[in-house]
Amino acid sequence: MAYSDKVIDHYENPRNVGSLDKGSKDVGTGMVGAPECGDVMKLQVKVNPQTGVIEDAKFKTFGCGSAIASSSLATEWLKGKTVDQALEIKNTDIVNELSLPPVKIHCSVLAEDAIKAAISDYKNKQGATSTKAEAVTVQ
Amino acid sequence: MKLPIYMDSHATTRTDPRVLEAMTPYFTEYFGNAASRNHSFGWEAEQATEKSRKQIADLIGATPKEIVFTSGATESNNLALKGIAEMYAERGNHIITQVTEHKAVLDTCKHLEKNGIRVTYLPVQTNGLIDLDQLRDAITDKTILISIMYANNEIGVVQPMKEIGKIAKEKGILFHTDAVQAVGKIPVNVVADGIDVLSLTAHKLYGPKGVGALYVRRRNPRVQITAQMDGGGHERGMRSGTLNVPGIVGLGAACEIAKNEMAEESKRLSFLRDKLKDKLMGSLDEVYVNGTMEHHLPHNLNISFAYVEGESLLMGINDIAVSSGSACTSATLEPSYVLKALGAGDDLAHSSIRFGLSRFNVEEEVDYVANKVIDVVKKLRELSPLYEMAKEGVDLSKVVWAAH
Repeated sequence: MAYSDKVIDHYENPRNVGSLDKGSKDVGTGMVGAPECGDVMKLQVKVNPQTGVIEDAKFKTFGCGSAIASSSLATEWLKGKTVDQALEIKNTDIVNELSLPPVKIHCSVLAEDAIKAAISDYKNKQGATSTKAEAVTVQ
Repeated sequence: MKLPIYMDSHATTRTDPRVLEAMTPYFTEYFGNAASRNHSFGWEAEQATEKSRKQIADLIGATPKEIVFTSGATESNNLALKGIAEMYAERGNHIITQVTEHKAVLDTCKHLEKNGIRVTYLPVQTNGLIDLDQLRDAITDKTILISIMYANNEIGVVQPMKEIGKIAKEKGILFHTDAVQAVGKIPVNVVADGIDVLSLTAHKLYGPKGVGALYVRRRNPRVQITAQMDGGGHERGMRSGTLNVPGIVGLGAACEIAKNEMAEESKRLSFLRDKLKDKLMGSLDEVYVNGTMEHHLPHNLNISFAYVEGESLLMGINDIAVSSGSACTSATLEPSYVLKALGAGDDLAHSSIRFGLSRFNVEEEVDYVANKVIDVVKKLRELSPLYEMAKEGVDLSKVVWAAH
């Protein structure tokens, strides 16, 4: 299969590879896929709780070149966006940017799922804390 | 050393220049139809095909009259299975084969099932070999044919041919083998192995594509096969169609070279293969060989690099031609059914690479390939969340994955 230049570029020079402290309150972690399906993506965002802006994003991906490229691109796009803007990233944006062929569309779907999972993890962490804080206030 | 390096010899091999040299006069000079009985053009062509029959027969311990020319192993397998099922329909309707056969056998069996033939697909053990007790147990009084491949095209394991041949003979059942990967690579002898029908093809043994043969035993027992194509009644009525004389000459020449050079070549290739294996396993952790190395083709290595997906690995070694059992590299988006049949788990199938060495590979290439694969696996493991989790001590088999 022929890969687009952008896929090859992300594969050869993946952006933002690594891990953030998943225990931190400001970090949201999304892990999607399954090894037996041949792809697993871990995507993490570090959010500034004051501004809601994603200050850092990291990924690690087990999967084909298109899956690696999709998650690498996602981390690039996430940085500087607010949490709500991040949720607007659609898999079709990734497909278009990387010129993914039809058989690789699921890679972009997985990347979108990973973004949503990471944001939702972050929101849960914040929600859990603010609920607690509220409870404290009421007392 | 020239790039890219070809190490995918189970898919096909380069035609040996000596084979090509033998073939060329049969395109332009001796172009006759081997079935033309009344002029020298036909006689020359026929003579050439008879010489080839003998070269093939000599390689597999057969006699020239037992060789039927075909277009390749897919046709040979179709002709053997369908032709026997049809010919022996009165004796029974049961065929035994196994799950890691090539699609040319499996899909032919599926076709036969639609026509009322019962097929038993034996499982394989984790080492890739069938269990002979399961084979014995599967036999019924309706069984007419056992079809078990000689050597597997993905994992290179060599099935226990002699034992299967013995069981078939005891029970009076015909024994067919798809020997495409074995002929010319390891000693194959239809008498010693008790084989009644055997498929082979030229392009896997340094011959041209589009030509193959079916060995059909003529004595003890005399095997009969119903033709699957109607026409001029060539090949003793078993396979109609004008003979591909240049291809047949090439197949014969390839067989003769293989017979003369096999002993030395297999020693050289197994040395190179072992070197490749030892380098990979010495430099990387969690690398698993698929299929037993005890009964194995000398030039095959199928290996899984845990936590690395096969297609991404191929992308990183794009100046090396090999294949992967990963779903992403298959047309069906399913991981290799052969590796799945070993019970190793789909994740190891996704992580597998098949190396197929050939006559034309040299040690320098093996070193280059080993180093390159090691580098890319290390890089991809840095990228792999699974490797990170495994290093943190997470038992991946216990994780509940959010499959999509």
